[in-house]
Order: sequence, then C-alpha cells, then structure tokens
Amino acid sequence: MAAEPRSPAAGLQGSRCSGCAVTAYPAEGACPRCGGSADPVALRGTGTLWTWTVQRYAPKSPPYQAPPGGFVPFALGYVELAEGVRVAAVLDIDDVADIRIGMPLTVTAGPGVPRARPTAPGEEGS
Amino acid sequence: MSTDVLICGAGRTPFGRSEATGRQLAADAVNAALADAGIGWSRVRAAFGGSDSAGLADTLVSRLGLTGVPFVNVKNGCATGGSALISAVNAIRSGMADVVLAVGFDKHPRGAFDPRPEDWGLGAEYGSDGLMVTTQFFGMKIQRYMHDHGITPRTLALVAEKAYRNGALTPEAWRRKPLSAEEILGSGMVSDPLTRFMFCSPGAGAAALVLCSPEAARTLGGAPVTLRSAALRTRRFGSFEVFSPSIPAGEPTSVSRDASAAAFEEAGLGPRDVDVCQLQDTESGAEVMHLAECGFCEDGEQERLVASGATGIGGSLPVNTDGGCIANGEPIGASGLRQVYEIVQQLRGRAGDRQVPDRPRVGFTHVYGAPGVSACTVLSR
Repeated sequence: MAAEPRSPAAGLQGSRCSGCAVTAYPAEGACPRCGGSADPVALRGTGTLWTWTVQRYAPKSPPYQAPPGGFVPFALGYVELAEGVRVAAVLDIDDVADIRIGMPLTVTAGPGVPRARPTAPGEEGS
Repeated sequence: MSTDVLICGAGRTPFGRSEATGRQLAADAVNAALADAGIGWSRVRAAFGGSDSAGLADTLVSRLGLTGVPFVNVKNGCATGGSALISAVNAIRSGMADVVLAVGFDKHPRGAFDPRPEDWGLGAEYGSDGLMVTTQFFGMKIQRYMHDHGITPRTLALVAEKAYRNGALTPEAWRRKPLSAEEILGSGMVSDPLTRFMFCSPGAGAAALVLCSPEAARTLGGAPVTLRSAALRTRRFGSFEVFSPSIPAGEPTSVSRDASAAAFEEAGLGPRDVDVCQLQDTESGAEVMHLAECGFCEDGEQERLVASGATGIGGSLPVNTDGGCIANGEPIGASGLRQVYEIVQQLRGRAGDRQVPDRPRVGFTHVYGAPGVSACTVLSR
C-alpha cells in the first residue's frame, strides 16, 4: 500500500518547556509536567522503535476512514526521538515480520497522524 | 484517626449479555447486598454509585424506595466502583452515616469501545486514521514489557486459560467454558501480541456492597469483612496511557504502583501478607504487568510464577479467582465492586467450587483504566 507523499520540510511540530526541558508532541502551550509555558520546537523525526502492534481488524467507522482500496491491516507504534519523546505513528513497513523494537525509523508529519518509515542509510545525521 | 469500616453485605448479578437494563441489574445487586446484610433499604443512611454508560444511580430510589436517603452519583471511568466505595468509607469515617451503600453497574453495546477523538483532546485525524482503538494500547504496552522482561506469548495464553478455568467455577461469570492455551494462542491476532481470547469484552452487570460502622455491624451479626484500606490515584507525569499522541522517554511511571502502595500503607500490610487477590485483567498482559506494578513480584518473575501455577486457585497467590474481567466481561462501572464481592466471598469461606483453600485471611483488589486511574483495596477477616 503506497503511502501519501509527505513533505519532510513540514516537520514534526512539538513543544519544549523552558523550565524543565520536557518535550511534547503535538505542540502544547503548557508543559505536561510542570504546567509552565512551553515554546514551539521542530522535532528532527529520527529515532528508534520503542513499541508496536498491528491493527488487524477495521476500526469502527466513523470515525475511521478506510483507504480507497478498503481496509488493510497496518502497523503502528511509538518512535523514541532524540529529543526525549516517544511519538505515536503509523508504521509504513511493508512486512510486519520485519518489525523490531529498536529499529531506526524516521517520523514525518503530513495531513494525517505522524507516519514512520525505516531510516535510510546515511539519513540519521541529516 | 481512622475508624474501621466493615463490609456486611455483598451482592452481584450474573455478568454478560442481558435483556435487563443496567438500572434493573443495579437494583438486583442492591437487593442481593441488602439481603446478604440482613437489612431493608430503609436502614441505609447514605448511598454512592454510578455507571459509565447505563444511567444515573440515584434514580434507583424509585425501585428501592423513596426514603429520602442522600444518594450521590459517581462517574469516574474504570474507577467508578472504587470511587463509590471510597465515598462510602469516608461517609462512615466522617460520622455522616453508619450504614452506607456502594453500587456500580453498566451495560455496553457489542464490540470494542468507540471513543471520539475530540473527547480526548485529540485531532480528528487520530480517529480517521484508525488510532482510536483501545486494544492497540494494550498490545503496545505488553509488547514492550515482553521485550524488556522476557515474557513469552505462552504466558499470556496461560493467564487467559486460568481465567476461563476459574470462570467455569463461577456461577455468575459470562465465559464459563474452559479453553486451552493452544486454543487461546490460535484464536486470531487482534493487536499483536494479544489474541482474541486474551481480551475481555464489554458487557453488562452490577455489583453492590453494604458498608457499616463497627457499632452498626455489631447489631447486624452475620459475617462482616474488614475493609482495611481503599485508595484512589490518578496518573503522574511519565505514565503510558491509552490514546497518547506521545509519551515521555524514560522508565514509565505507573498509577497502579502508586494506588497499590497507598492502599498497602494505609492498611499497614504488604503484598506478602495477601492470600488472594483480584487484579485488572482487561487482557492477559494487564494481569502479568499488574502483578509487578502492585508489588506481588519483580518484573519478569511472572514467566516462572504463571507457569508454576502460583496464580491458580490452589497456588501460593491466587489471582482473579472468579475469572476476572476476561471471564466476566467488563461492565465498566461494576468491575471494581465485583472484585470486592469476590474477595468478601473468599474471606468468608463462601466461594463454593472456587474457594481458595486454607482459609485466606487477607485479600486485595485493583482496578486500572483510562485515562490513567487506579483504585485498590485491602480487606481482611
């Protein structure tokens, strides 16, 4: 299943507390830990898979909107980013048998929820 | 200074699918608890109760009797029953009333719960893209736990196997047919690594308790059980909860750990003192993790404990002797009080075919639910 093209330039917009350095996604005006003010921050999106599962059956609709070809089971998980936050994302990985906790993934933002795909070699430092 | 609170009456309905409304089930459970205590409704001086989606508890007075009793509605998600119980305890300790009712009930439609993103402060895309599904959270939490602590899918299957075995011994349970670990592993993956028969289902049911001051309990006779403590907590920063667009890095905090520690401290007892316990088992992985979060074992020890039969009815720490949520289903408002009902029966020695041997003295109950709330009790005879 081909994913919608996503623009890496859009980035993941999170927030960071000036007091206790906690990073949150999506961006919040207040820190979820101390309640202090938080500033917007662009998250780099590279990280590793912290946990995952597979949605094996079609979620109730509404609110779920199946893709044009109909529901296909999909993987999802939390990707731990270098900024110290784990972001929920749909995993664009063709074969669920390839999914491993700790695998390098890159998370990008688009029109829907964040999506993650395996990090290409040499991409980590970009 | 705390006054002792005694449970003098306990009642429950069968759980599962029912033609009856949630309120009818609630009235049945209340009447069973009153009969168990040997009193009429007119003796009750205060009442607390609620459901998540089956109506208001205070409307039950039209079925029970218009006595003028103060009746407070409680709505606190998965901790509704526990919150009603704590309110009843406080009513007795404050001197507001000497005989108090706590009731929890619910009735849910078939299938998984279908929450709306906007009710959780999330964007609509979390619903339209298919991330508003509770089973995903349970799968992801145990997936990481298995990775960190060496728990295998077979252990998850053995937990469910025990639940159905105990459910078969419990007349009021919903799932009363024993299933083997192989059948459970082969029942179809729902949210990896959890299969269909490892999950509980939303259903219908009600449970009620009559709580008394020591003075009132003496006039009733019967076989009261002492409620040593009841504690409720909400999540702290760093916990991993359902429907979270992100969670902080680092070792997750646990509201179950916080609530159980508070309940044990208030009771002056510890996990080692417990002879029988009820732990939230929304699915098999929850029971595994809650054993450690509530202090009954170290992380990873469950692999050996469960395989050895320690958590079975004849084992060293019987868990979910009535089959838990997996065999009883999950009527959200009722589950917490069902757990207390079961411990009361066990401590009285009245649990029938599922009675824990050697006269258990101390019991423990634990509920956990969205969006990060837990209620625990310690009971003794």
